[in-house]
Amino acid sequence: MTNTLRTPYDGVVIAAPVTIPYVRYSIESAQWWIGRALSTLVAQAGIKASDIDGLCVSSFTMGTDSGIGLTQHFGLCVRWLDTIPLGGASAIAGLRKAARAVQARDADIVACIAGDTNHVDSFRLTLENFSRFNQDAVYPYGAGGANASFALIARNYMRTFGVTREDVGRIAVAQRANALRNPHALMKTPLTMEQYLAARPISDPIHLFDCVMPCAGAEAFLVMRDETAASLGLTAARLLSTIERHNAFADDPIQVRGGWAMDIGELYAMAGVKPDDLDIVQTYDDYPVITMMQFEDLGFCNKGEGAEFVRQHDLTIDGDFPHNTSGGQLSAGQAGAAGAYLGLVEGLRQVLGTAGPTQVRNASLALASGFGMINYDRGLASGAAIFAGPSR
Amino acid sequence: MLQRCEACGSFAYPAREACPSCLSAGLAFVDAPRQGVLLAETTARVPSDVYFRERAPWRIGLVKMDCGPTIVTHLHADCVEGAPVRMSFQLDKSGQAVAFAHPEGETPNMADDKQWREMTADPKFRRVLVTNGRSMIGQEAVAALKAAGAKTVFVGVAEPWRPFAGEQLLRGQDGIEIVTLDAADEKSAADLAADIGGKVDILVNTTEYVRPGGLLDRRGTSIARDEIDQAYLGFINLAQAFGPAMRMRGADGINNSAAWVNILSVHALANWPAFGAYSASQAACMSLSHCLRAELRPGGVRVMNLFTGPVDTEWFQTVPPPKVAPRAIAQAIVSGLRGGLEEMYVGDVAEEIRQRLGANPKALERELDR
Repeated sequence: MTNTLRTPYDGVVIAAPVTIPYVRYSIESAQWWIGRALSTLVAQAGIKASDIDGLCVSSFTMGTDSGIGLTQHFGLCVRWLDTIPLGGASAIAGLRKAARAVQARDADIVACIAGDTNHVDSFRLTLENFSRFNQDAVYPYGAGGANASFALIARNYMRTFGVTREDVGRIAVAQRANALRNPHALMKTPLTMEQYLAARPISDPIHLFDCVMPCAGAEAFLVMRDETAASLGLTAARLLSTIERHNAFADDPIQVRGGWAMDIGELYAMAGVKPDDLDIVQTYDDYPVITMMQFEDLGFCNKGEGAEFVRQHDLTIDGDFPHNTSGGQLSAGQAGAAGAYLGLVEGLRQVLGTAGPTQVRNASLALASGFGMINYDRGLASGAAIFAGPSR
Repeated sequence: MLQRCEACGSFAYPAREACPSCLSAGLAFVDAPRQGVLLAETTARVPSDVYFRERAPWRIGLVKMDCGPTIVTHLHADCVEGAPVRMSFQLDKSGQAVAFAHPEGETPNMADDKQWREMTADPKFRRVLVTNGRSMIGQEAVAALKAAGAKTVFVGVAEPWRPFAGEQLLRGQDGIEIVTLDAADEKSAADLAADIGGKVDILVNTTEYVRPGGLLDRRGTSIARDEIDQAYLGFINLAQAFGPAMRMRGADGINNSAAWVNILSVHALANWPAFGAYSASQAACMSLSHCLRAELRPGGVRVMNLFTGPVDTEWFQTVPPPKVAPRAIAQAIVSGLRGGLEEMYVGDVAEEIRQRLGANPKALERELDR
């Protein structure tokens, strides 16, 4: 195992996982959704808003607002503030920064929140204005959005490693089964493999059930030191390790791996655990093929063995490899930047034993990963965290 | 054209301000090697943009250039995954330069590809109006466009009952239709547009009015007024008569309007005192063409300006060679439309002026006075 010289996250805990139930379209603003998450955090943790002295926010649809505008909007007086525009990697990146802030006592209680609204045309506007490289060199090519960009990556990956649509479909079908136990999931009807395979093509080889449904929603958690949590009487999860990487493997002509593959040794070494020790895994599932890539890059199998891995494992809540237990973005919905938080927040509920209908028995050790920012031809940002519940 | 780092020689794409290999700011656009390999393709079936939604399914791919960068690109239908491709940048309907991948070799009916035709204004299958059939350039343009597969070529002739040289090449020919048009006459232009305005996919403005002389050796403004009436106001009459319908028909199925072509003297760009007032009338037309380009762009209709040096016609009798053959201009019209270009320079004089304008415009101004 890799040796790491990084300072351990001793004493850093995560508490109060909050999900504001998603809706397909909302007439409210992103600020409204973030405000609901903040209010719920305060109520759930039994604290006053004035106890929060650190704020970290992520959103695509806040318009010209950033974190600083929200402090005045919400009447917060904080001594630590960050706005993280890393899309699907925002939760891991926010957690990492907040953890170091509370560890160094720059702040005592950091609220990490992601929320987005979804107006009727906001998804297309986000697509059209996503990044400069995207405006110049992607949007004018058929305006297929992330679907077309990931279709190119998926097609190359599937051809290179002999992966079939059915292999990829196992991930989507299992997540739908999980979602049926999550009352807040947007997808409420079962999905069979036959239905998955028969779905209409969106951008070959991406078909309808490979795509997330954009929606409005918010997710949040609190980061603090263990003694703060104890004084508040909060049960919390201990942060064991994290990794973050941007623009990895730039020389790969087309993406077949994410930045996790660079840092995976450190992730497990810092946590002092092995992949087999994990009770649950929450990957970033913007497309199931990206989840398959993560199974490889996060060390559950070798590169090119992702398809065999999903054939050999049951990814449902009661299976031998419980994965994306809330249904993930594919079946619960993708609420913009909150999609980055969804797996981490669900993982927290799991190790805290508060996941309710999606609870995996005796879950105490979890991994959550993030992936984001298809600036041009590939996802640039990746991250992962391992955390443990009080029973471990 | 791709950016190449002046410090380390690496190519970069998409366009940027610092070299990703060495952080130099010296990134110049150069003609890059065009070869690459198609890594992966996809067919976007449900695009979010209305333009592509109407044209879906739309095929794109990712190409690894032999010179380094990877490029998201439009694909010719004959491009195959894993095979070599040849890249070019084309102007799309919105006027943006976009990458287009062609198969490495020639394939049957290559120019008829649906996505390629969106990037160009190929006269094949299209209906064209050539505005002045009395001129040599006009007659050669008709022949070249017909040979290039234009379905119908309308040829504008003022007072068509009056005989003219070359008439027999136009009359009674299959797919060539003589129509009454005097571009300098607002009513004539409007009358013709009322008749065939909805059937003009490409308009080739071959209006010509060449007179020698500058300012001091001509008395009065009557010749200058004629130059303005014929070339500049004629252009306005044509634009106002045909432009609105062309702009509305930019997406009219396969019979859509596609392009407007102007033939301008290269001395629109740098005054030639021997034909000084004429040069000024051409400069006015060029300026107006940029206005027309902006106004036709919302409809996806291109404006191509073809700049030429002195043409081998009677009004340039006193000018020594090299001169441009009308046939060369006609061929350039066709190749420019096939390539979807915005600007072309035809002949040695035009090309020289283009280069010298870039190198030293004050020296060019001085030396044109000879």
